[in-house]
Amino acid sequence: MSNRLKVELPGLSLKNPIMPASGCFGFGQEYANLYDLNKLGSIMIKAATLEKRRGNPTPRVAETSAGMLNAIGLQNPGLEHILQHELPWLEQFDLPIIANVAGTETADYVEVAKEISKAPNVHALELNISCPNVKCGGIQFGTDPQTAKELTAAVKAVSSVPVYVKLSPNVTSIVDIAKAVEEGGADGITMINTLVGMRLHEKTGKPVIANGTGGLSGPAIKPVAIRMVYEVSQAVNIPIIGMGGISNVDDVIDFLSAGASAVAVGTANFVDHFVCPTIIEQLPAKLDELGYDNITQVIGRSHR
Amino acid sequence: MIQQERMKVVRQKQIADDIFELTLIGQLTLEMKQPGQFVHIRVEDGYEPSLRRPISIAEIDHDAMQFKMIYRAGGKGTKILSTKKAGDEVDVLGPLGNGFPVEEAAPGETALLVGGGIGVPPLYELSKRLNECGIKTIHVLGFQAANNVFYENQFKELGDTYIVTADGSAGTKGFVTDLLAEKNPNFDLFYSCGPMPMLGALEKAYPEKKGFLSFEERMGCGIGACFACVCDTTDGDYKKVCSDGPVFPRGVVAL
Repeated sequence: MSNRLKVELPGLSLKNPIMPASGCFGFGQEYANLYDLNKLGSIMIKAATLEKRRGNPTPRVAETSAGMLNAIGLQNPGLEHILQHELPWLEQFDLPIIANVAGTETADYVEVAKEISKAPNVHALELNISCPNVKCGGIQFGTDPQTAKELTAAVKAVSSVPVYVKLSPNVTSIVDIAKAVEEGGADGITMINTLVGMRLHEKTGKPVIANGTGGLSGPAIKPVAIRMVYEVSQAVNIPIIGMGGISNVDDVIDFLSAGASAVAVGTANFVDHFVCPTIIEQLPAKLDELGYDNITQVIGRSHR
Repeated sequence: MIQQERMKVVRQKQIADDIFELTLIGQLTLEMKQPGQFVHIRVEDGYEPSLRRPISIAEIDHDAMQFKMIYRAGGKGTKILSTKKAGDEVDVLGPLGNGFPVEEAAPGETALLVGGGIGVPPLYELSKRLNECGIKTIHVLGFQAANNVFYENQFKELGDTYIVTADGSAGTKGFVTDLLAEKNPNFDLFYSCGPMPMLGALEKAYPEKKGFLSFEERMGCGIGACFACVCDTTDGDYKKVCSDGPVFPRGVVAL
């Protein structure tokens, strides 16, 4: 029987639609100690910036009801190191890598995108215009449609692989941003990044996270993500990789039903370190239960 | 190798105010190599609480496939954990991190073990291993007050043991460094686990001694992937507490 879980997206021929989300999986090395990464559809590797970034002071995370806040601050070893070490290491796996690209100004994004898209195992870029935890860049590119469109076009012009743009939910109209990046030439959309939140210390009354605010992730944000995928999938003609609180096979079905063509699992990897392979293993039985031969039949069924 | 296992509770015992000793049985125990490693505990299957809890390993019994954790039921998650009874299951990921290097002490040498509060437990397995290797141990254990003190007798069986409490209700009043200054014990190297200021004070008090310090930080994944628990190092770089540590040689982490 042909692979029931196979999904074809621009640049990405996925053996299944499950991948760990950027920032939750490093560059794969740690999880490779736990299971065979070949089981995954793809990996969205941790954001790459032109220069090495030290990230924010600690505490960087805080637990919340059915979720967590984080303000890591895009800590990463920098483009050159990633090209020399992390990406070549990943070549041992049969995995189309999605490289998350971040920057503080257009020139950074362009430079990183140009170079990292040349790596043989990078099959797509995820343009990070939605990180809420850095002072410059990140989210400021993702909250204004015109800015988002221009950056997308600039990156698209230099990238050797398809470009997916990661959208922020911290906007008045995510549909407007989605349409703008589509006009800018985006091949796909990944959504949603975290929601800006804050937790106060019960004794001191001060923010728990050193950065003050952090990005909320986990099951708590899933309804917001579903609503946004539902709306955006009807407004654009490019595919969506959905994310936001996915922690089990039913959540995956929800995102696909809402209109995502594939999904990424984030915070759940910290709680059940085997969640991705577990979901992949359970998907065929879930398709049987729902009466579908093929996972692609689930995509967008909420609109039919 | 790191494993994820639903381990069975053998015993749960309250041993001081808010302090519990939990004994778990399962295959994962056989993977535990070094004292000072930790496990990452999921206390409930649902989303409340939403993250795992890193807890240090206090004692390892490979023959019985059991290990002990000693933890403070201070927050939501550990309070739930403290309600687990014999026969219940607990979701454990581990063993994680790099522990205390026992081999750094030579037979015949004396090791000073300094613990503060909930930093005391990993020193117990360490002390047992050191004693098995013919290394003499001196224990200096700091607590808030008499009702927080635990394992005093267990440590005494392994070597000289001094208790220090902040309010003087047990042992000597003050900080562990106060007692060390007063007793001025003779030792070759030190191992410590406890709050950052205590670790810093120790490094300062013994600039010439070889030492190994175990650190604490809020963690996410516990395996080095999420970059939540990084700490600054003295060479201007950073380390991840969960996977590069939690034990580092003195002088590595900027205190």
